[in-house]
Amino acid sequence: MNILGIAKRKISGTSFLLVITIVMFIIMYFAGVLIYHEQGFGKMQTLMNMLIDNAGLIIAAAGMTIVIITGGIDISIGSVIGLVCMMLADMMQNHGMNAWLSIGLVLLFGVFFGIVQGWLIAYLKLQPFIVTLAGMFFCRGLTAMISVNQIAITDNQTFLDMATKNIYLFFGATVNKRGIKLYPFIHPSVIIALVALIAVWYILRYTKFGRGVFAIGGSEQSALLMGLNVRRIKMRAYVLNGFLAALAGFVFCLNTTSGFVEQARGFEMEAIASTVIGGTLLTGGVGTAIGSFFGVMIKATIETYIRSNGTLSSWWNKIVLSALLCFFIVLQSIFASLKSRRRI
Amino acid sequence: MRQQQIGIKAFIRTISHKQLFLPIFALCLVLLFNIIKTPAFFNISIQNGVLYGYIVDIINRASELIILSVGMTLVIASGGIDISVGAVSALAAAVCVRLLGSSYDFYATPLVLSILAACVAGLACGAFNGFLVAKMKIQAMVATLILFTAGRGIAQLISAREINGRMVPGQILYVRMDSFKNIGGFLPRVVVPTPVFIAIGVVLLAYLLLTRTALGLYIKSVGINSGAGRLVGINSVFITFLCYLICGLTASVAGVISASRIYSCDANNIGLYMELDAILAVAMGGNSLAGGKFSLAGSVIGAITIQALTTSLYAMGVTADQLPVYKAIVVVLIVAIQSSEFKRWLSIYKQKIQMRKAVAQ
Repeated sequence: MNILGIAKRKISGTSFLLVITIVMFIIMYFAGVLIYHEQGFGKMQTLMNMLIDNAGLIIAAAGMTIVIITGGIDISIGSVIGLVCMMLADMMQNHGMNAWLSIGLVLLFGVFFGIVQGWLIAYLKLQPFIVTLAGMFFCRGLTAMISVNQIAITDNQTFLDMATKNIYLFFGATVNKRGIKLYPFIHPSVIIALVALIAVWYILRYTKFGRGVFAIGGSEQSALLMGLNVRRIKMRAYVLNGFLAALAGFVFCLNTTSGFVEQARGFEMEAIASTVIGGTLLTGGVGTAIGSFFGVMIKATIETYIRSNGTLSSWWNKIVLSALLCFFIVLQSIFASLKSRRRI
Repeated sequence: MRQQQIGIKAFIRTISHKQLFLPIFALCLVLLFNIIKTPAFFNISIQNGVLYGYIVDIINRASELIILSVGMTLVIASGGIDISVGAVSALAAAVCVRLLGSSYDFYATPLVLSILAACVAGLACGAFNGFLVAKMKIQAMVATLILFTAGRGIAQLISAREINGRMVPGQILYVRMDSFKNIGGFLPRVVVPTPVFIAIGVVLLAYLLLTRTALGLYIKSVGINSGAGRLVGINSVFITFLCYLICGLTASVAGVISASRIYSCDANNIGLYMELDAILAVAMGGNSLAGGKFSLAGSVIGAITIQALTTSLYAMGVTADQLPVYKAIVVVLIVAIQSSEFKRWLSIYKQKIQMRKAVAQ
């Protein structure tokens, strides 16, 4: 057998989509390094900044991956993130609560919200889109009920330390004009995000629950006939997603250190777009958390392009992202139709 | 006496099983609540030569939603969903206002041409969505997600104006043309707001299209089972495409009205969350969100109910920011009551009660 044949078989279906995503990210990144070298695109710190800025999105996209693999969707996470930020800001700034206590409460809220949505979707068999749409409305309104003004967290030292603590890396140092070596740094939020990402990847790949998620997404009927507890698995997927959305909100709050009504509007669409670009099929059953990570990084690269260019308006970000989304969705649909034709 | 009681029970049962029962009941509930709160609710007077009153206000404000929900009803009936309508209406409004010429740069295209251009923009968006859904067989929510994200961005790029010799996108464009005001306001010497006429026109047009031609039947068959429809000889691809096309058109009409209402184009806020309201209107109208069965009248009533609810909540002192909380609760309740699982639980509960009665006897 020739090498091409093996490669063809290995790079088929989803892994092919994943490979396209990774190759695309690498091409885009190095193109950026070439074009915007003078703006410092090639520096290690730029890459680290991409991680810092998008730590919340990495977590949210990982959670979204689980839900989309079950064949569902969650469009409430942007509002959940907004609400979590507002709750954190309100608890710590206005009520002087302990940072750890408020973080714990917020994460508990995420789990609770996931339970409610999961129950409605899994046990009442309502459409995920409608339920999470209502959830989106609900959280956005609740945020406004807490406060319509922006609350900045300025007093809670524990939280501020967590937000701005620099963790230096031991590679990719650059030398500045005075000859001092500057090591690139990341914030704790990046470590939280990467841990969450790896946890989701592990859960999806190596646990019984993860296999159940894939089975439901492949064919709910078959999963049911196979003896899986479809309702419970679905419910758990939404609960896990709710928890991850709250965690994403906490990490998002570390970046902004404030709560605001309009915060993270449209975030859910960015998470869905990243997930889709990362090779997760929206029809369910196929996908990886690692792919979603690269989807987020592609989005981050586009953002860095726009920031480095300086003359492009931020609206291009949305337009380019949607064009990419469109490209990947059409690619997926072509793959799906090819696969079904082969089966016949 | 006993006969009569059975008669009433049967009457109630037949009424409550009609598709339009729940929407009308919900509307009545909201109106009743308003009458108790404000006794002058149904008062209509003429002030400054135009009709004035709560009811007029509700119907006037609801017209955009009614127009949108007509298109949304067709899309949902065909088994899809369109979440891009809000962004599309912002885009159409931007096209219209930019062509009309704002106070800053004059293109001064005639009004009719600008509105036509806006409609063409809406149709193009609808065609894009329709192509992806009908031809490429992509999930409707995902396909329309593209325009949902990109639409507002494109609208911002269109609504550009010259600042210091450079075109800067993302501006609020103001119109300085009195005839444009008539679309969202009042025609000269007419007491009824113009959007009401437009809404009635759109609904009537859609009604005629659906009942005088076989389109309504085709859409239903596509929504229930597109495969079976194809076997009978219905071109399901074209029918689905047509639904999205109409939805794009209605979105652009609604966008032009909103732009005229505020006499300017704000690409960020025109049609914001409108898609959710339109879907909610369709759901409240007793239409199944899974496709198939649909009722235009139900959607219209649903849209008016939502606007009545919004207006009365405003009257109660709820701010615009807090409104979504109540709307969300209403959506979940309505959808939960309509769900088959809930009906199954209800019937099990009824059986249990009957069993208990039988045991007691």
